[in-house]
Amino acid sequence: MSKVIKLKQGLDINLEGEAQKAVAQTIMPTEISLKPSDFACFKPHLEVKVGDKVKAGSVLFTDKNNPEICFCSPVSGEVTEVRRAERRRITDVIVKADSTIEYEKFDTNASSKDAVKALLMKSGAWAYLRQRPFNIIANPNQDAKAVYISTFDSAPLAADYQFVMKDQMADFQAGVDLLSKLAPVFVGYDAKVSGNIFQNVKNATVNGFEGPHPAGNAGVQISHVCPVNKGEMVIVVNPQDVAMIGRLATKGIYDAKKTVVIAGSKVKAPAYVSTYANVKVSDLVAGKYDSADARIISGNVLSGTKLDENGYLGFYDNGITIIPEGNYYDFFGWALPGLKKYSFTRTFFSWLSPSKKYDLDTHMHGEKRAYVVTGTFENLVPMDILPLQLIKATLAQNLELMEELGIYEVAEEDFALCEFADTSKTDIQAIIRKGLDFMVQETM
Amino acid sequence: MESLRKYLDKIKPNFEEGGKCAKLKSTFEAFESFLFVPNEQTPAKGAHIRDAVDLKRTITVVLIALMPALFFGMWNVGYFHYQMTGEESGLFGNFFYGLVAMLPNIIASYVCGLFLEFMFAQIRKEQVNEGFLATGLLIPMICPVDTPCWMVGIATMFAVLIGKEVFGGTGMNIVNPALLARAFLFFAYPGKMSGDVVWVADYGKTLDLIKNNELPANTIVDGFSGATPLGQLAHDGTTSYSVMDMFLGFIPGSVGETSTLAILIGAVILIWTGIASWKIMLSGVAGVAVMGLLLNACGSEAYTQLPFYYHFILGGFAFGIVFMATDPVTAAQTECGKWVYGFLIGVVAILVRVVNPAFPEGVMLAILLMNVCAPLIDHCVIRANVKRRLNRAKVK
Repeated sequence: MSKVIKLKQGLDINLEGEAQKAVAQTIMPTEISLKPSDFACFKPHLEVKVGDKVKAGSVLFTDKNNPEICFCSPVSGEVTEVRRAERRRITDVIVKADSTIEYEKFDTNASSKDAVKALLMKSGAWAYLRQRPFNIIANPNQDAKAVYISTFDSAPLAADYQFVMKDQMADFQAGVDLLSKLAPVFVGYDAKVSGNIFQNVKNATVNGFEGPHPAGNAGVQISHVCPVNKGEMVIVVNPQDVAMIGRLATKGIYDAKKTVVIAGSKVKAPAYVSTYANVKVSDLVAGKYDSADARIISGNVLSGTKLDENGYLGFYDNGITIIPEGNYYDFFGWALPGLKKYSFTRTFFSWLSPSKKYDLDTHMHGEKRAYVVTGTFENLVPMDILPLQLIKATLAQNLELMEELGIYEVAEEDFALCEFADTSKTDIQAIIRKGLDFMVQETM
Repeated sequence: MESLRKYLDKIKPNFEEGGKCAKLKSTFEAFESFLFVPNEQTPAKGAHIRDAVDLKRTITVVLIALMPALFFGMWNVGYFHYQMTGEESGLFGNFFYGLVAMLPNIIASYVCGLFLEFMFAQIRKEQVNEGFLATGLLIPMICPVDTPCWMVGIATMFAVLIGKEVFGGTGMNIVNPALLARAFLFFAYPGKMSGDVVWVADYGKTLDLIKNNELPANTIVDGFSGATPLGQLAHDGTTSYSVMDMFLGFIPGSVGETSTLAILIGAVILIWTGIASWKIMLSGVAGVAVMGLLLNACGSEAYTQLPFYYHFILGGFAFGIVFMATDPVTAAQTECGKWVYGFLIGVVAILVRVVNPAFPEGVMLAILLMNVCAPLIDHCVIRANVKRRLNRAKVK
């Protein structure tokens, strides 16, 4: 029997615009883009030029530091553009998609650990494996302590994997089987869901988790099941990407099909769509939302990335969230009772209606201030970590203290709620990411 | 509202760098953000939605929580003044007298403190932090009503300068500025901060006038004494006030500290809204109870035999533990540390109060001492966390 771990700290934010559990349509991308900026601490080496024909699984660029790690096109088509920013830094490699997809074939006969690694790296699947510490692409030269799969996303309006994965469980199991050749696989499932489809995954240690967001974060679950110590490495991978790896193992193709949730209060009919990785956002959302003062976010509202309609779905993201921008001056906003304002504290009278759904916008609700309030972060991070002290050590770039306080165990998303609830309005996730980059630079 | 916004947008360039009033930039921004929460939006990566709470709201809640104690304190000032003179006065008469007596001190503390806050914000090219809005009200509330307003002004400036700004401003201070102001007054002007005559408005002045034969002796009601229960207890171990009087606040004392009931209302507001740490308050109460019982068990004098619950309603303990000890900047910042910090405040406060004959009240000193010790407590908690992590790495 698997054990269930109960987590107390955290917060579920009730937002308007939850998606109907139905796949509204299947969308073939017109265009995809692979963005090196989706990967932290990463330098690409371009392997194609404009005009090249590619198949799904053809290499677009590789990792400059680990040339075996390939980043492959999820669709077949023609490379139409390589966008660059200042100092010729590559920002997008764009492929115009064919209407039907042709696949590169990979030899799936991989039984040893090294053969599995080689297959994953060659086919573009390795990029989906991220490591703790540092939340970067897993280092293939280091043996992992474990492979960790969190099978639920507890963030507001995030995709429900019970629904997304219900027809892909065979692929998922095949993926787990392949990954178990790298290291012992751990699966965390949502214990609140009765009859959870992930409860009986084979070839893995399965644990239940119960509690508010961020209970679904892999980092949080790892810290309770197989904590990352100095010098150790745990691989983290999303459930849909495990299914993709499963299809690679069984069919020998890089089939980056994914179900994407389109949610948020600005979306007219929030629902799921079936499409491919790295798809152009306009393919997914054009005409489906109220575009006045809307912010399109790749990922969830707590740790996603802002996009415009010409942007592309983030490499690791399984959802698009569209919420209103908050570009307004709030007259005496800090003084009024605030029945419609959401707060983790009970300083606004919205606590009178706890089950109400909120239509939150991107207003900051205040200005940056010195750190004054304490005790909030501790109620939002369900790990044996001292969040405020770790943030301060990170700001001070005190390497030794960061290491002692557990920087190896965290990713920026684990601090998303702290950033949300911070009275001083600091950008905590950016601080943590900068600290992680700094650690990578100093230690690797 | 819209025209106000337009007007602000129109005059704003004057306060920008190179503008006519660039030296008042921080001041302008403080008033602008007082009227309008700015239209700043969340960054492109990170949390796209933010909690509605900010420091202004937090401080506002603290001020609201202080209101019951402040209003009751004002009433109490009038009540004891008229008790002294024997004049008839009603609820509003008492309150109005107290309001008038308090106002100069409140104004002095806000004007002096805010002046420095705005000045330092401008020098540092920062925005004005709101923390002083609470400090500025706390200072007159923890002083005797008869403290001259110029003393309050000097003490406030000392506290803001030496207690806060030299350490880098809001969030960096080691001791609570309001308590530092009180400690400054206590040691610089002891005659105005302790004894039996300072707690009732105009008591000292009237006594002097009677002594100089400028007022008839019957200006003061026969047998009236302005001594606080703590003063009486320190003197002979007994008090003439009943438990109910002390709980409700029919006793002389510093303006804010008299009514435990009013302070409890504030405590409920602070705990319910999540602004102040209930852990500090609860462990502080526990510390007092433990120390009180310990003294009951091993002491032999009348004062040590005082039932422990008297200590909750006497003097400044309730006010101190609810509004002073919970200042998040100067308290322990780790959750485990808060338990220890609060408990030790309770213990030390009663120890000083009962055992040390030089200080009838120990709460101020206990909190200041623990403010200084808080980083040490935190250090121990942090090391324990680090040790757990290291042990985990070894056990395999």
